[in-house]
Amino acid sequence: MFFFIIRTHLPFNIIIFTITRLIFPMNYLASIGSYFIMIREVFKKPTKWRIMKSLILKEIDELIFGSLGIIIFISFFIGGVVSIQTALNITNPLIPRNLIGFATRQSVILEFAPTFTSIIMAGKVGSYITSSIGTMRVTEQIDALEVMGVNSLNYLVFPKIIALLFYPFAIAVAMNVGIFGGWMAGVFGGFSTSADFVEGIQLDFIPFHVTYSFIKSILFAFIIATIPSFHGYYMKGGALEVGKASTTAFVWTSVVIIIVNYILTQLLLG
Amino acid sequence: MIEVNDIHKSFGENKILKGVSTSFEKGKTNLIIGQSGSGKTVFLKCLLGLFEPENGSICYDGRTYSSLSGNEKRNLRQEMGMVFQGSALFDSMTVEGNVMFPLEMFTKQSQSEMQDRVNIVLKRVNLIDAHNKYPSEISGGMQKRVAIARAIVMNPKYLFCDEPNSGLDPKTAILIDNLIQEITEEYDITTVINTHDMNSVMEIGKKIVFLKNGFKEWEGTNKEIFKTDNAAVTDFVYSSELFKKVRQMYLEERN
Ligand SMILES: Nc1ncnc2c1ncn2[C@@H]1O[C@H](COP(=O)(O)OP(=O)(O)OP(=O)(O)O)[C@@H](O)[C@H]1O
Ligand SMILES: [Mg+2]
Repeated sequence: MFFFIIRTHLPFNIIIFTITRLIFPMNYLASIGSYFIMIREVFKKPTKWRIMKSLILKEIDELIFGSLGIIIFISFFIGGVVSIQTALNITNPLIPRNLIGFATRQSVILEFAPTFTSIIMAGKVGSYITSSIGTMRVTEQIDALEVMGVNSLNYLVFPKIIALLFYPFAIAVAMNVGIFGGWMAGVFGGFSTSADFVEGIQLDFIPFHVTYSFIKSILFAFIIATIPSFHGYYMKGGALEVGKASTTAFVWTSVVIIIVNYILTQLLLG
Repeated sequence: MIEVNDIHKSFGENKILKGVSTSFEKGKTNLIIGQSGSGKTVFLKCLLGLFEPENGSICYDGRTYSSLSGNEKRNLRQEMGMVFQGSALFDSMTVEGNVMFPLEMFTKQSQSEMQDRVNIVLKRVNLIDAHNKYPSEISGGMQKRVAIARAIVMNPKYLFCDEPNSGLDPKTAILIDNLIQEITEEYDITTVINTHDMNSVMEIGKKIVFLKNGFKEWEGTNKEIFKTDNAAVTDFVYSSELFKKVRQMYLEERN
């Protein structure tokens, strides 16, 4: 009986909790405020260029090159799946077969390459950033930097922001590999001929769609660099909290990416 | 010379420091003792400027911290060296990288000058064959010594050590104590050390401040700590039978 009550009341509690959180978003507002204060701090009192340069190179290696493998893997198969799904949904013989290539190109360039990849990156790169900065906080390494007179936010976050400026290159790779994956799946799965697919890829191509996609990915890159840094930098507690902070950071990074994606699409294409 | 005037520090409802005033002289090893959780680390972090006390002032050779501009604060911090309780070495860098870090950051020395300086300080703390190891590959005691090397590499005017010799064997502990004392006297540094170690108290306690319940319960030298009849101090310092006997004998000898 007791457990029954708890079980029936659990969703109710969650609803109440969510509603109160939405009605009283004071702590969110405070967090958003301190996020922007952090961003301002990041660009103050720059670290010596000689040191910063090597930090940036290290982060490019870690964040961009270290992620190419997974980006290529995911894009290839997502492109393939989009191609197959489109093919399977064309039952009407009047619809031209080049639609498969066209649909693959559009979905990959507009959404799958920039947005889907960024959500994956929010998990991979984001949790790395939160846990590495969080560990430095917990073990007082950030205090050690501050005591020396180093602007720790600039030292830790700035190189990540700069490294992720190269993120659109990764997205460009994702686009190409995605479309290639679609072509492979379409042609070798017997859904389309190579000629049809290629014709579809070239059909009604609007270069601005690629620009739009790159604008999105630059913004996503900034989000992926800064929100996880924020959660790592201002965390309190010990090793357990580092794990929790990584999870929270991932949730918030994804949520913000999705919202920014919506707003940008409305602004740029709507 | 650091003058601390009536500082208060609390975390929410939890009052840690309830008005502590004292002063730490140049060229002397000043010790802060007190039970675990008595606020020694918090006190030291206030001295470092990592925590801002709600009340009171801290004055470094005539410079009152709270009235300095952001830049002046950073410059002041570059005159400080700190050994954290958990060493706080940068774990992405080797031992050598850790010690060289402040030099790379704030001096214009050439690579070979920096290398020389690093070799000198690492030798001072008795670490000669760990240059290229990472902090995770060396023992806790070695990490402490690297932390000390990193704190002194810039020739600081103020040196703060949070339990520099906890977790070290007695011999290394004494070595570290002596090292800190030597450096302090040699370079006329204002040194403040948090410690639990009664050996250190007796050996290098040129000035001892005893914190209890957020107040300064007692202060004096290592000579005076033998004679004091402040119950809280004797209770804390001479909690072991051995030290009780030592004190007894010392007092009898004097009479
Ligand atoms: N950042 C913080 N936030 C909240 N409370 C804190 C913080 N730092 C310290 N405290 C509290 O302040 C009190 C004193 O802590 P402190 O670390 O100064 O003790 P300590 O004297 O250094 O002890 P130990 O000898 O074990 O290192 C503790 O009760 C601790 O819970
Ligand atoms: Mg402590």
